[in-house]
Amino acid sequence: MSVAANSSNSSAANASDNQLITVVIDQQLFGLPIQQIRDVFVVNDMTRVPLASDSVLGLYNLRGHVLTILSMRAILNLEQAAASNNQIAVGIEWQGQSLGLLVDSVGEVMTLPRSNREPNPANLDPRWASLSAGVFRLDDCLLVELNLNHLLSTTNKKAA
Amino acid sequence: MDDLLRDFVAETAENIDIVDRELVRFEQEPNNQSIVAQIFRLVHTIKGTCGFLGLPRLEALTHAAESAIDHFRDGAPVTKDVVSLILSTIDRIKHIMAELDRSTQEPEGTDSDLIGALESVSVELIAQGVKNTSKAALATDITTGELTYQVLERALRPGEVSLDELERVFRATEAETEKKSKLEISKPQQLEAPVSTEARVSTEASMQMNAPASQIRQHSIRVPIERLEHLMTMVSELVLTRNQLLEIARRDNDSRFKVPLQRLSQVTAELQDSVMQTRMQPIGTAWALLPRLVRDLSQELNKNIELHTVGAETGIDRQLLEMIKDPMLHMIRNAADHGIETSDERIRAGKPASGKIKIEAAQKGGYITLTISDDGRGINLDRVKEKAIEIGLATKAEVQAMNDQQVAKFIFHAGFSTANSLSNISGRGVGMDVVRSNIEQIGGSIDITTKHGQGTQVEINIPLTLAIAAALIVECAGQRFAVPQMTVLELVRAGSSNEAKIEHLNQAPVLRLRQRLLPLLQLKEVLGLQSEADAKSADWSKVFIVVCQVGQIRFGMVVDSVLQTEEIVVKPVSAPIADLSCYSGMTILGDGSVTMILEPNGLLQYLGSHIEAHNDNATEDHLAVGHSANRTTFLVFRAGNLTPKAIPLSLITRLEDIDLSKIEISGGQHVVQYRGQLMSLKPAGENFVLRQNGTQPVIVFTDEQTVVGLMVDQIIDIIEDELSISTGSLTPGILGSAIIRERSTEIIDVAYHVPHFQKKSAKAANSKRHILLIERNDMFRSMLVPVLQAAGYTVSSAGQLREAEQLLATNSYDVVVANVEVEAPASIALVVPQSLQVIGIANRTSASLLEAAGNAGFHDVVGIFDREGLIASLLACDNLQEEAA
Repeated sequence: MSVAANSSNSSAANASDNQLITVVIDQQLFGLPIQQIRDVFVVNDMTRVPLASDSVLGLYNLRGHVLTILSMRAILNLEQAAASNNQIAVGIEWQGQSLGLLVDSVGEVMTLPRSNREPNPANLDPRWASLSAGVFRLDDCLLVELNLNHLLSTTNKKAA
Repeated sequence: MDDLLRDFVAETAENIDIVDRELVRFEQEPNNQSIVAQIFRLVHTIKGTCGFLGLPRLEALTHAAESAIDHFRDGAPVTKDVVSLILSTIDRIKHIMAELDRSTQEPEGTDSDLIGALESVSVELIAQGVKNTSKAALATDITTGELTYQVLERALRPGEVSLDELERVFRATEAETEKKSKLEISKPQQLEAPVSTEARVSTEASMQMNAPASQIRQHSIRVPIERLEHLMTMVSELVLTRNQLLEIARRDNDSRFKVPLQRLSQVTAELQDSVMQTRMQPIGTAWALLPRLVRDLSQELNKNIELHTVGAETGIDRQLLEMIKDPMLHMIRNAADHGIETSDERIRAGKPASGKIKIEAAQKGGYITLTISDDGRGINLDRVKEKAIEIGLATKAEVQAMNDQQVAKFIFHAGFSTANSLSNISGRGVGMDVVRSNIEQIGGSIDITTKHGQGTQVEINIPLTLAIAAALIVECAGQRFAVPQMTVLELVRAGSSNEAKIEHLNQAPVLRLRQRLLPLLQLKEVLGLQSEADAKSADWSKVFIVVCQVGQIRFGMVVDSVLQTEEIVVKPVSAPIADLSCYSGMTILGDGSVTMILEPNGLLQYLGSHIEAHNDNATEDHLAVGHSANRTTFLVFRAGNLTPKAIPLSLITRLEDIDLSKIEISGGQHVVQYRGQLMSLKPAGENFVLRQNGTQPVIVFTDEQTVVGLMVDQIIDIIEDELSISTGSLTPGILGSAIIRERSTEIIDVAYHVPHFQKKSAKAANSKRHILLIERNDMFRSMLVPVLQAAGYTVSSAGQLREAEQLLATNSYDVVVANVEVEAPASIALVVPQSLQVIGIANRTSASLLEAAGNAGFHDVVGIFDREGLIASLLACDNLQEEAA
């Protein structure tokens, strides 16, 4: 991923700018609004929760706080990766709950002007479209900004 | 009462603190209205509470002080003497409070000196107020030696001499002779110390008074609840950290840490205990409202109700107390409204005129038992049954098979809450589902027992505290789980020995445990942790069984191993998991790993609801078993003699209690009008004597148009057991004896007692067809033969296939009816000639059975108890044969 094209914009993060943490899930670049991210951590030993829905991978004790680890791949209807140690997750606090979103890898923080954001293309998979806040055109790839509120509320509903 | 008193002392001490600060200013500016008002408020509050708590001395003192101060509030000028008087009054209050705090008793002695002085001030003020209305404007600090000569600052307004004050005047006048002498006493004190700051401390008495007062302040402070909650969370974390340390220490044998760690462990435990104590409140605080509630209810409902409380001092977590408050009120209201009868009704029922509601709390191990009972009319279980059937909670047969406690539990179902018809007839319908869910939410359980005409008792079990719980850590499929210790009864290690052997009943695993059968729940399987290979090669010999009890239900949870017990801090789970009923939360174990806390109540649903019903029996010392082919449900009763008698429940239409006055004699037998037709009543046994008064229990059989009742002495129970008639019988009407629940029981021949079974108009009787009945079971054979005969067939019966083969060889038959459960359809087909139609009968028909019967060329398979189906099937066979002919 190249951020060179955007470095000119990153000088001052003003209100119209969007600071996103980039993550890769199944070779696709996604952006998560930085305000909602609490930490990025490596998941070592999760406690599985039998009978929970597919998107719930397990529980993880992060410095005394228990986070529910959700699989981004499952949420996005992507193929599940083989379980391995040292997976990376993004910790968020949502509606009083501590959650961790398991991703393939975490990139850098990008500042992208909101004006550059384009609406979802009409032919985007409806599941993705409902989770995407918009698409940024980067030099060599596209970045999908995720709408976390939407993503989590639909996940919770699905689990229920 | 003690707690109220303590609160009162603490609160008053606080108020006195505030007033103390103002007192100095009070001397400097005696006419500052805001200070006077503050003192007045304090005195007024104390006075009000004293009356309530029954503290006469304090009440009298504060009453007098209040009256006096009231004048200054109204604008009477305050003199130095009066200031001293008020100050010494406050000191006296402090003294009494200190004594109260120490011994919960008012100190001996009187305050007549102060009261007298205060009253005289009041009198003077009133008197002067009346005399000197014109001089009002002149009011300043006018003090002379003798008594308090005072001038009002302004005239009293017309309404100001109230009745209250007049009363005070009267009282003061009555005590006039005494008053003067009392004033003598208080005067010297004031004369000695004209400056009132000194007056407060000049005498030794007041010195002593001051000291304990400050102590009150020290040992009770008010802390915001949030701060306590925070403290609790911190302690919880500390407990966890300690557990982690202990775990580490256990692994490395580093002795340097051992001693300090032990100390840390001890201190943590103590800290945890004391923090828990801060959260504990006597359950009685939630009961404070009850006497009033009951009083209001009894007036509203026009009933006499007494409230008895036992165990008000039982400590309970604050949070829990809040949560059980509403359910408790609800239950009291229900008991008063629906349980307790009116006085007239009660007297008629031979009970004392006033009803009793008793609420009892006691701590039992890790939880608190709260019992709410009344001596009212009890729950009308028949209504409950009807309602349960009506709204589809259970079928008629299920309801019939239930015991009273099970039936009573229906009222906790959601649908019952809105049942108007129920609540105004027999009661206990409103919102009980909410009560139950509230209780279950906090990990408690609720149980109800009721006796018609004698009352109802509701028992609630709640854990002592929510935050920290003891749990058993178990392992299953390599993963650890916590089981709340409150629900665990015992641990059993399964082995090949007889005491703890796992057996299977129709694939349902059960454990024989001390004369009881315990249904087992394979945790692996329930949680989906079992691989295919595991399922096949399940090794039952080396597992552990955690015996759990949820309410009345007892079951065993099969786990791989049991690790240890641990104090765990229950943390709520996040929304994506919160909907799983099998977990109640999660926790961090000593080694820092996260573990799910299993919820036995939620796991129960995986056992299946039918087990639930059976297991209810288990607690009543019955054997609990799943259904199996050889088991029959019997109604057991007594008639004539003491030997229990039984009839298969499936033959019975219903049970009735018939009013004796309605039983008539017609045509030499007892009859009764029943649902628009005449039902003939027969005794169910020899020597049966009709009851003298009241109602007669009757077992009703219906057969299309005919209704017959069998009169019995007493219905005992409904029992499911294996059916085997061991000895035949010479007594007509009795098929033989069988052992049911280890008691020899006579099996009644329904066909004998109910001849209509035989005489039934047979539609197919045009040609007497011959049926061969192959049925090994004596009971079924004796049952079916009359049915078939009644339908107009000639019946021969055979117990064994070989016997049947011989009969078939010698006689000709039209149809064969054979039990396909005892003998496989294929083997029956081998014996029976192809030309003959075969109808299979089975206790329970299954898809595989039907398939096997179909393959064997059987005409049909019907249920053993499905008489109509059998007849219909026979008719169809006849028609087929006629067509063929």
